[in-house]
Amino acid sequence: MDSLSQLDQVKTTPWSGGRSPWSVEYGKLMMWFFLLSDAFTFSSLLVYYGAQRFSKFTWPNPDLVFQSIPGIKDSGAPLVFVGIMTFILIMSSVTMVLAVEAGHRRAKSQVVGWMIATIIGGFMFLGCQALEWTHLHHEGFWWGSIPEPEKLKEFFTGPVSNVAAQQFANLFFTITGFHGFHVFSGVIINIIILCMTINGTFEKRGHYLMVEKVGLYWHFVDLVWVFVFTFFYLV
Amino acid sequence: MSEQHLHNTEEHAHDEHAGLSKSKIWQVFFILLGITVVEFVIALVILPGGMVSRMAANIAYILLTLLKAYYIVAFFMHLKFEKTGLKLSLGLAFIFIFYFITLMLIEGGYLNIHMTLNS
Repeated sequence: MDSLSQLDQVKTTPWSGGRSPWSVEYGKLMMWFFLLSDAFTFSSLLVYYGAQRFSKFTWPNPDLVFQSIPGIKDSGAPLVFVGIMTFILIMSSVTMVLAVEAGHRRAKSQVVGWMIATIIGGFMFLGCQALEWTHLHHEGFWWGSIPEPEKLKEFFTGPVSNVAAQQFANLFFTITGFHGFHVFSGVIINIIILCMTINGTFEKRGHYLMVEKVGLYWHFVDLVWVFVFTFFYLV
Repeated sequence: MSEQHLHNTEEHAHDEHAGLSKSKIWQVFFILLGITVVEFVIALVILPGGMVSRMAANIAYILLTLLKAYYIVAFFMHLKFEKTGLKLSLGLAFIFIFYFITLMLIEGGYLNIHMTLNS
């Protein structure tokens, strides 16, 4: 042990071993690389969506497909509901980063408060997504099914294509579903971290690095939504 | 070894990652909100008004999206304040994604030329 520690002292440059050359704790680094791989998965889904859309003469117009606010307005309000969803997710990202900030100060009660706010934001987003899915399902869109020809005409500004509508439906439910699954698992992980914070696990450990790690995951989920929002609702 | 690890973690928690201040967090939040509002203005006011082409609007959306992504990754995920090596090892991998985007858009364009309306 003694000679080992002496050996360690000789090594001082970042890449000579004995310490993380990037000054990032192991778990956090692995979270980064997991998120990188997840970014590839989401990219491949979105790029496939783009390629499909590029290959078709016509595509359902998002302003016509997404124009309801469940429970308030059935049509004529494009982007409003998804705007609310986007706001909720950005807001929950802010509460998450505030939890991380409180963790740096080791302010346990503040971490607990901001984590609870983040979890509520996550559930609100999932609720909105459930409403959105239900609405589209009632219109007739689902994996492998599209609305009746009469109804389908309402979603196109140009000529109607059954194949384009089907590709749109499949990809919409797959991609927002995969994202929603990430939000759901993020909420579960946040709840676990909240329980550990309340139990005082991190206080005993002396640092709140776990909060930072789940924070990275949660921000990534927000990041993916930014892209999903652009490519499904705006473009 | 575990002592060493603990020491590193402690050091890490204290010095190198002071984290964002609260005012900076809210500043980034308002930037993100502002960009989203700009996107909505393009979608709901500028585009229906016929002031710009669909193509120009799409380019604006994509640039604004990348700007939002930058603010989330750089500040909320704190990557801006990490070591250059980490930034590079995470960032350079996206070359493959840009390559893939290019390939798939070429593929989509090719299919488009050979497309009949209902295939």
